[in-house]
Amino acid sequence: MAIISRGFAGRRSAAEAKLPPGQYLTADFPVLSAGPTPHISLDRWEFTIDDGSKVLKRWDWKSFRELPTETITVDIHCVTRWSKLDTSWEGVSLDVLLADVKSDVPYAMFRSYGDYTTNLPLKDVMNKQAWIAFKYDGADLEPEHGGPARLLVPHLYLWKSAKWVKGMTLMPHDKPGFWENLGYHIYGDPWQEQRYSDQ
Amino acid sequence: MAGTAVLRPVTWRSATVVGLHDETATARTLALAVRDWPGHVAGQHVDLRLTAADGYSAVRSYSIASAPSSDGHIELTIERLQNGEVSPYLTQQVMVGDELEVRGPIGGWFVWHPEQTGPIQLVAGGSGIVPLMAMIRSRISLGSAAQFRLLYSVREPGAVFYRDELRAVSNQGEAVIVTYAYTRVTPKDWPRPAGRIDAELVAKGTWPSNLRPSTYVCGPTSFVEHTTELLIAAGHDRERIRTERFGATGERK
Repeated sequence: MAIISRGFAGRRSAAEAKLPPGQYLTADFPVLSAGPTPHISLDRWEFTIDDGSKVLKRWDWKSFRELPTETITVDIHCVTRWSKLDTSWEGVSLDVLLADVKSDVPYAMFRSYGDYTTNLPLKDVMNKQAWIAFKYDGADLEPEHGGPARLLVPHLYLWKSAKWVKGMTLMPHDKPGFWENLGYHIYGDPWQEQRYSDQ
Repeated sequence: MAGTAVLRPVTWRSATVVGLHDETATARTLALAVRDWPGHVAGQHVDLRLTAADGYSAVRSYSIASAPSSDGHIELTIERLQNGEVSPYLTQQVMVGDELEVRGPIGGWFVWHPEQTGPIQLVAGGSGIVPLMAMIRSRISLGSAAQFRLLYSVREPGAVFYRDELRAVSNQGEAVIVTYAYTRVTPKDWPRPAGRIDAELVAKGTWPSNLRPSTYVCGPTSFVEHTTELLIAAGHDRERIRTERFGATGERK
């Protein structure tokens, strides 16, 4: 049973009904990053899919941008408790990137410029659930928000949507990434409020 | 990038307000006695929960300002945000004796461990000083040999948190060297015009990059972006820079 805070009324809005537990609404787009923002030029950008020993697929910026794209409008939820509704992105679906990858392993580690990593079950990045996004709100994605391209997995806390993404490694077993190694939840479902590793 | 995992039970604990004092016109420090507090590492934060009479609750994260101690007390310094939901309550309504709830400590990345004896560079923008102050206080209370420097950017002289304490620690030999930057208004007779931190101030107020300091930068997003770019341009290794950012309405600090 929670302790009542004397005289605290709080602010409630109709929109909060749509939010996962413990989140509040923001109109801004705050930034959470562990280190300096990497600036990656498009001529050396690439995205690769590997199986831990060999590269299975590789795109440079030009071939990546020739892939079919989708425009998606989704709500996003950061573990630092802000949520933002109806954000608009353009990106390439992971379904497209994984279409002719022959593998039946169940997990992937996403890797970023700047050495960030985050782990995800493959079933969470397939079937219209995840994109490599390169536009936000109609404009090129700013470096501080993960540009030139970031992973977008809106149904999980936003730390799973790796900024500055450069590849994914398919894995037979789940393994914690950067924040997951530092006490954050291995899966990170905001609707279950899976913030920390003991939950 | 290696960090130290901080894996311990994160349950809500009652926290009694045992002291209050204003740091500035808009920021207040709350001293809390937390039941069964497990201790923390400098740089970590807590989640703080307020609950209304009808059960509605709001949670925000706040950095711990105090050094680790074994007496179950922690201090949080909270900047009042215009139109905030939680910070106006904490800075204006809370009284000594009130009971709040906290959970934590949280965070294993933006932390300073006493075993780190190399030079430390701290860079604070506004209320971003809070977790860095915990590191300074931890270093002083332990008598660590680590050499600290702090570059602290504020809008105006009245916005400085912990002013007297920072003066005292910077007078204790070379333990902590403090350099101020004023972005809007300077003190009288200040040698530099008001303005953002630039390459010259980075050269004057931070360790040379060849000393390979561990660097912690905390402040609003635009401040962190700007100063980390300057540090990297000055030759600092990006792998040795850790950051914590807060957005315009993110009540992170």
